[in-house]
Amino acid sequence: MSDRLDPNALAAVIARDIPAGAYVNLGIGQPTLVADHLRPDAGVVLHTENGMLGMGPAAGAADADPDLINAGKIAVTETRGASYFHHADSFAMMRGGHLDVCVLGAYQVSRHGDLANWHTGAPGAIPAVGGAMDLAIGAKDVFVMMNLFDKAGVAKLVAQCNYPLTGLRCVSRVYTDHGVFEIDPSRGVVTVRETYGITIDELRSRLEVDLL
Amino acid sequence: MSRTVQCRDADEAVAGIADGSTVLVSGFGMAGMPMALIDALIGQGARDLTIVSNNAGNGDTGLAALLAAGRVRKVVCSFPRQSDSYVFDGLYRANQIELELVPQGNLAERIRAGGAGIGAFFCPTGVGTALAEGKETRTIDGRDYVLEFPIRGDVALIRAHVADTDGNLLYRKTARNFGPVMATAAALTVVEVASIVQAGAIDPEIVVTPGIYVDRIVEVSA
Repeated sequence: MSDRLDPNALAAVIARDIPAGAYVNLGIGQPTLVADHLRPDAGVVLHTENGMLGMGPAAGAADADPDLINAGKIAVTETRGASYFHHADSFAMMRGGHLDVCVLGAYQVSRHGDLANWHTGAPGAIPAVGGAMDLAIGAKDVFVMMNLFDKAGVAKLVAQCNYPLTGLRCVSRVYTDHGVFEIDPSRGVVTVRETYGITIDELRSRLEVDLL
Repeated sequence: MSRTVQCRDADEAVAGIADGSTVLVSGFGMAGMPMALIDALIGQGARDLTIVSNNAGNGDTGLAALLAAGRVRKVVCSFPRQSDSYVFDGLYRANQIELELVPQGNLAERIRAGGAGIGAFFCPTGVGTALAEGKETRTIDGRDYVLEFPIRGDVALIRAHVADTDGNLLYRKTARNFGPVMATAAALTVVEVASIVQAGAIDPEIVVTPGIYVDRIVEVSA
């Protein structure tokens, strides 16, 4: 049995699943690693919520331009054929179903594809939502990239989210260090596509969702 | 009828902004943040302001400085909490500032609606979440939507790249962000730019914000 995947190896799995020519938004945090594994000849175009298609890799210190940043406010670069547009257009692209895939991090995903990724709900935590809710309901396919268990060993793929929700029935696939899960939101059914460093029996014992 | 006025400096550009105003401020982080206009607003002294902007200030300059000066009663934004938002964080934890948290696309679309004369719109973002609580919902063709209302400002403070003397604007890269929608949605739209050129020097085919939306322009060095 292979080991569980580190974030870079998992990013490579996700990158392989993104269709050639797709328009893709990568959320801040772990999902940005996916960009490093996209084949240049696949022609995938990256969207950033702050008004750009054709986003290139992070800029070096020498060519960093404070007017050219990504959603995480990191200096980035332009690719050939890039375009800029204002914020209302950028989010119209999401809600209007023009983006093929977005990859988001998560605190929890439910068996129905409900997503919780914007707020822990902890007392004293300052809430910040950014574009998470718009992305969750906008892209044609919403992939989640996360660890399957939190630091205390509690599963993050759950029967029902108890963190504040970002979107209802919006996640179609969950990529984790321990396996890839397909979600059928209407039936609440989770199918295990592959596992890493864990057996199906152990998954069944540690997750409170039925697995096919 | 009001044609675009070219101001001598940022102080003249922010003259007359009243206490209690709602001020739309462009920018995503520091990209597109109208630093000179905000500094001038701090000097001008208007207080009890409601600020509408994507973030709630970074570091100690720009919006963060306006907040630190105690001029802001309420912030309407999508993403206040950042690694360097300590000025806002302190005010929020001390209960000295009000926060209306809005999903980023709703913020942009509500401002767009404000500038476009739309009374309200049904939007799928946030359905079933805490940010839609208490809002009217409707099912249209089998999908659920939340009723969202427009946002307008008394003033918009915007950073663009180039203006011509008729107020036509160009922006630069991702510093464009909220500028074009905010320019449409305020009673007084004030724009700082890196350079002002004569009318006719910008190709009409590439104008991003037409001068009809722009009341005051000022060239600033930064």
